[in-house]
Amino acid sequence: MARAMGLRRRIGFTFLAWGIGLIVFFPIFWMLLTSFKTEGDAIASPPLLFYAATIENYLEVLARSNYFKHFMNSVIIAGGSTILALIVAIPAAWSMAFSPTKQTKNILMWMLSTKMLPPVGVLVPIYLLFLQWGLLDTKFGLTIILMLINLPIVIWMLYTYFKEIPGEILEASRMDGAVLWKEIIYVLLPMAVPGIASTMLLNVILAWNEAFWTLNLTAANAAPLTAFIAAFSSPEGLFWAKLSAASTMAIAPILILGWFSQRQLVRGLTFGAVK
Amino acid sequence: MGSIRLESVRKVFGDAEVIPGVDLKINDGEFIVFVGPSGCGKSTLLRLIAGLEDLTGGKVLIDDKDVTGNAPAKRRLAMVFQSYALYPHMSVFNNIAFPLKMAEMEKTAIDKKVRDAADTLNLTDYLHRKPGQLSGGQRQRVAIGRAIVREPVAFLFDEPLSNLDAALRVNMRHEISQLHHQLNTTMIYVTHDQVEAMTLADRIVVLNEGRVEQFGSPLQLYQKPSNRFVAGFIGSPMMNFIEGPTAAEHDAHTIGVRPEHIIVSKKKGTWSGVVTIAEHLGADTFLRVECGAIGTITARASGEFTVGYGDTVFLTPDSKKTYRFDKNGRTIGHRPQQADTTGNQKTP
Repeated sequence: MARAMGLRRRIGFTFLAWGIGLIVFFPIFWMLLTSFKTEGDAIASPPLLFYAATIENYLEVLARSNYFKHFMNSVIIAGGSTILALIVAIPAAWSMAFSPTKQTKNILMWMLSTKMLPPVGVLVPIYLLFLQWGLLDTKFGLTIILMLINLPIVIWMLYTYFKEIPGEILEASRMDGAVLWKEIIYVLLPMAVPGIASTMLLNVILAWNEAFWTLNLTAANAAPLTAFIAAFSSPEGLFWAKLSAASTMAIAPILILGWFSQRQLVRGLTFGAVK
Repeated sequence: MGSIRLESVRKVFGDAEVIPGVDLKINDGEFIVFVGPSGCGKSTLLRLIAGLEDLTGGKVLIDDKDVTGNAPAKRRLAMVFQSYALYPHMSVFNNIAFPLKMAEMEKTAIDKKVRDAADTLNLTDYLHRKPGQLSGGQRQRVAIGRAIVREPVAFLFDEPLSNLDAALRVNMRHEISQLHHQLNTTMIYVTHDQVEAMTLADRIVVLNEGRVEQFGSPLQLYQKPSNRFVAGFIGSPMMNFIEGPTAAEHDAHTIGVRPEHIIVSKKKGTWSGVVTIAEHLGADTFLRVECGAIGTITARASGEFTVGYGDTVFLTPDSKKTYRFDKNGRTIGHRPQQADTTGNQKTP
């Protein structure tokens, strides 16, 4: 009886999980489907599920804009901000995890609270600062701003990982003659590699998908793929098929990266919660 | 050389004074054990010597040089941790070689030193394994190997055997004792296990609430405890303490008598009582006896003593080996007049 109940529950949960999964995935599936339609098919009502596929949209999107330039901008901005964030966050997380003071918890909460601030609230001051410093529409400026907005999460994640590393091992390295930077490079970092890898991955994804600052602080030069999508959304009315093709091209790299590293990501995001 | 001197060493964590002020002089080559109940400050004291904690006050001197402000690595000490603290991502070879690499020693010299240490500790076959692939005893040996390659002036052991099972613990205890005779280097060993303390130490420091209760050879502590705390802590099973009229007869607030200093009889004796627990170990019989107003007394009878739960027995304490304590727990005089000034303090 208990077995039958268990089985029924399992079937129920399986259906529920698949159902939620499909609902979440549906927009991406629909976008992929639309990207291979002609503009006419794309706006047909009722929507077409079977149609003659075409790659015309992709060719036109590639012809009309410089995809590779935007792609490279995204790589540089997402990659650069991640590396920069790690350089700042590793020492910060080290000091908070292994040499905490009374204020450590408060500092962590304060950092996290900055993520609750609506970005639009600081758009004008930041825009003016960027204008004054000549950082508007530069990859450098965007790298800095994306590093800063993701820094709290990076520090939090690394802090959680570092907390799991026994302090005695670091003390042993100190007894063995390691100075601080050797302790971090030879002992702490190799032990934290899985944590650092998933932090990097998450930060790359967050930075890649970031649309508010990238749209507001760039024009042509430094525009990453988010701006590339946006460029297809308005000027000549809505061309659904081309917009879908552009979006697919923009999210494909990160989707592939996410797919191959999902184990690492799941581990990273549940670390500390599930032991 | 490896003499260590502590002068008025103080440590405060927040509002809690963990070490109120300790003075200690450890001679070169001595095996010193810090022993005490958990939370008595023994590990903190060791970490202060190691430099892993900053002193609130006082001085640490190694070979008469003040090292109070020095980083751990600059003190030429090696430490073996309770959790072994091996580097999990490095092979056994690299774990042992780590301190030498940090000292930027030449590669061939490192290789030789690591192999020599591995040889001493029977680790040669495991040099390429990671710590995760070793048993507890082997891990402990790697931790010791990592300590000995540095040729430190003193070794610090922080409860190194407490993660091992009972049989292995005895083995490792013998190995550490042998190592001390081989190397003849100062060793400071922290434990809460008084058997480890008694068997390993040249001299024992008994700590309680951050204070040194007594510092002396194992037999000195056993035979001439300076107070009730030391008397109760050293010796197993614990000394019996009796207060009230029985103690008053001896002009004391409390009297203490060790289980092995009580004669057990089925026929006659000073105190009579009912057996509540009888432990027959073959070599010894331990009895818990409920003696009415006197309280519960633990007694040891040599060999097999056939009594069981509920039987009446008679106990006679050896009056020459009865300790007297005043109201503050301090020992009054030293009733047991054994010669303990010679022979019991193993000088290095």
